[in-house]
Amino acid sequence: MSDVVIRVENLSKRYRLGGIGARSLADDVSRMWARMKGAEDPLLKIGAKNDRLQLASKGHVWVLDKLSFDIHRGEVVGIIGKNGAGKSTLLKILSRVTGPTAGEVKIKGRIASLLEVGTGFHPELTGRENVFLNGAIMGMSKNEIRKKFDEILDFSGIGGYIDTPVKRYSSGMYVRLAFAVAAYLEPEILIIDEVLAVGDAEFQKKALGKMESVSKNEGRTVLFVSHSMSAVQALCSRCIMLEQGKVALDGLPRPVVDHYLNGGLGESVFGTVGADYPRNQYHPGMLRIRAVDLLGSDGNRIETLRYHERMRVRITLDVEKPLNDVIVALTAGNELEENILFASSADRRNDPPLVLQTGEQVIEMEINQQLQPGSYFTGIMLWDKNGYPYDALRRFGRFFVEDFGDNDRYYRWKSRIGMVNPDTTVKLLT
Amino acid sequence: MSNEPQDEKWTLVLAPRRGWFDLRLGEIWRYRELILLFVRRDFIASFKQTILGPLWFFVQPVLTTIIFTIVFGGLAGLAPDGPPKALFYLTGIVSWGYFAECLTKTAGTFVTNASIFGKVYFPRIVLPVSVVISGLMRFLVQFVLLLGVWIYYLATDAAFQPRYELLALIPVLLLISAGLGLGFGIIISSVTTKYRDLQQLVGFGVQLLMYLSPVIFPMAKLSEKWQHVIMLNPMSAVIEYMRAAFLGTTGENPMYLLYSAGFMLVLLFGGLLLFNRVERTFIDTV
Repeated sequence: MSDVVIRVENLSKRYRLGGIGARSLADDVSRMWARMKGAEDPLLKIGAKNDRLQLASKGHVWVLDKLSFDIHRGEVVGIIGKNGAGKSTLLKILSRVTGPTAGEVKIKGRIASLLEVGTGFHPELTGRENVFLNGAIMGMSKNEIRKKFDEILDFSGIGGYIDTPVKRYSSGMYVRLAFAVAAYLEPEILIIDEVLAVGDAEFQKKALGKMESVSKNEGRTVLFVSHSMSAVQALCSRCIMLEQGKVALDGLPRPVVDHYLNGGLGESVFGTVGADYPRNQYHPGMLRIRAVDLLGSDGNRIETLRYHERMRVRITLDVEKPLNDVIVALTAGNELEENILFASSADRRNDPPLVLQTGEQVIEMEINQQLQPGSYFTGIMLWDKNGYPYDALRRFGRFFVEDFGDNDRYYRWKSRIGMVNPDTTVKLLT
Repeated sequence: MSNEPQDEKWTLVLAPRRGWFDLRLGEIWRYRELILLFVRRDFIASFKQTILGPLWFFVQPVLTTIIFTIVFGGLAGLAPDGPPKALFYLTGIVSWGYFAECLTKTAGTFVTNASIFGKVYFPRIVLPVSVVISGLMRFLVQFVLLLGVWIYYLATDAAFQPRYELLALIPVLLLISAGLGLGFGIIISSVTTKYRDLQQLVGFGVQLLMYLSPVIFPMAKLSEKWQHVIMLNPMSAVIEYMRAAFLGTTGENPMYLLYSAGFMLVLLFGGLLLFNRVERTFIDTV
């Protein structure tokens, strides 16, 4: 492949735990002694895993552990993972702030990194002076900056404050100016750490839009670390999930993000509702949801639906008092806790309320779901006629909607856009 | 990956070890604009919101000269007979000042700039080089002061005879001072990324070194054995040459100047090797 612009091969990075001081001199001496004898570095033992929860007291940790992947020209790659998974270390190595302990990175083309906006901004200098200084630190020449200065100023929206020392700026203005310089960097490869977390909503949108146009229109490669899953899904064409210094998953953003979010939330399965499961009851002592099950066409319990398969949900209730105004509703929400689907027993104008007797009652809902492939959480609500809950469960069972198959090229774009995918007929009318 | 064709052209390969001699000095030239911007930044930032501005550069040598003239020249009687005491001390202080400034300011390169170095790559040597150039600006201002005082004494006091031909050596002397300051500075800054102990020694050490140089006394007053000891300090020859040029003293010796130049070259080269070694991963240990 000739269009590989970054090749990471067995990249490893080790950090020392605890203080660096008197002990390091002893380490250095033992290492030098070993090297003189021609032996291996005694402290370089691959194996101690990077897991914050069970760190070996060995004194060293592998933050990156034999990482390998290729990045191609024009890709926008999102890098996600928990705190401490090695994301920032990877970016630091790629941007040459620190070196690897083992392995290699090969880079083709000019690379610029944005691990922080406004690196080297000096509080006493004016905005204008800082633009030139910061630009030069980022590797732009004076002429380049001069040519783009008006655009930078315009993009930042700083206006008349440009000749005021930046120590007088509000933090928002500071970030705007700093990001504006970065936005006009024109490297072939751009590396961005979580830098968009500051600035107001309008500016964030502008910044994300700029990143998108940089990659789409100008064919540049962007590497982007973020905890904002919606930004990763919106911007990236590929997503790499790191876990304990290794590539846990690499692929299209949507499935990788889904996987990442599921991993973080723990299991949530259909079946009997646990005794301590949080409920929302406005009229306590009237009814309780005992169990919720997702059923397949043969009546068995399932967790995965085929694309466009009808959804059958069975809700088992313990009713304490007879009720005659019950409405049952179900939501399906995505990992970002946005509700995508809502279905209820009162969707049509004249739908009558349910009348429930005391004792066990079983309700079955059948829903013509048209969700995009992905993973969803259900919410179950039983309301009175005014919408006050008798009992409600948020984010109870998790189910999946299967995709069309990995080899289908069709899937590659289809599953990325939108959340509902209704049955559609297309006719050519000439 | 090894079975792929070898026609891949990588711009950059990041590997754990880089050769000791892979110094990439060409990068200094490529980043010359950044060096100048750092110089500008230092200059502007140090005089924002001051009334006197660069005139502050005068204050330190003037006060030091007054103190040295009174204490060492007057009370201790260390000044030479002949040239005016104030001019004698001022020459020494200004020459020493540039070296000391280069050394102390570059000695903290890694530690003080860790926040920038931790966020973006540019050749780390750019910063100490810019410090040496900033120091030169400061030196030039002080040099003007020295020239003024010198001309005043020339006009009013004919007790000394400058050796004008030696003035031509001043650029060489400056180069040696800068190289020595930078060399010591980057070695110290490289070592202090791990062991901060040296940092505590810098201010004190520079002062100590000054007392082992002819800043406060004329070489002529020492026994020959002590002269050799003092001349081991590579800055001694520089100061002696400055004094010889401006005051007409005769303590200078080309052999010692060659020794200083050689010392400077070895020190600077060693410093660059060490600095280059440390710069890649210092951020992990700083």
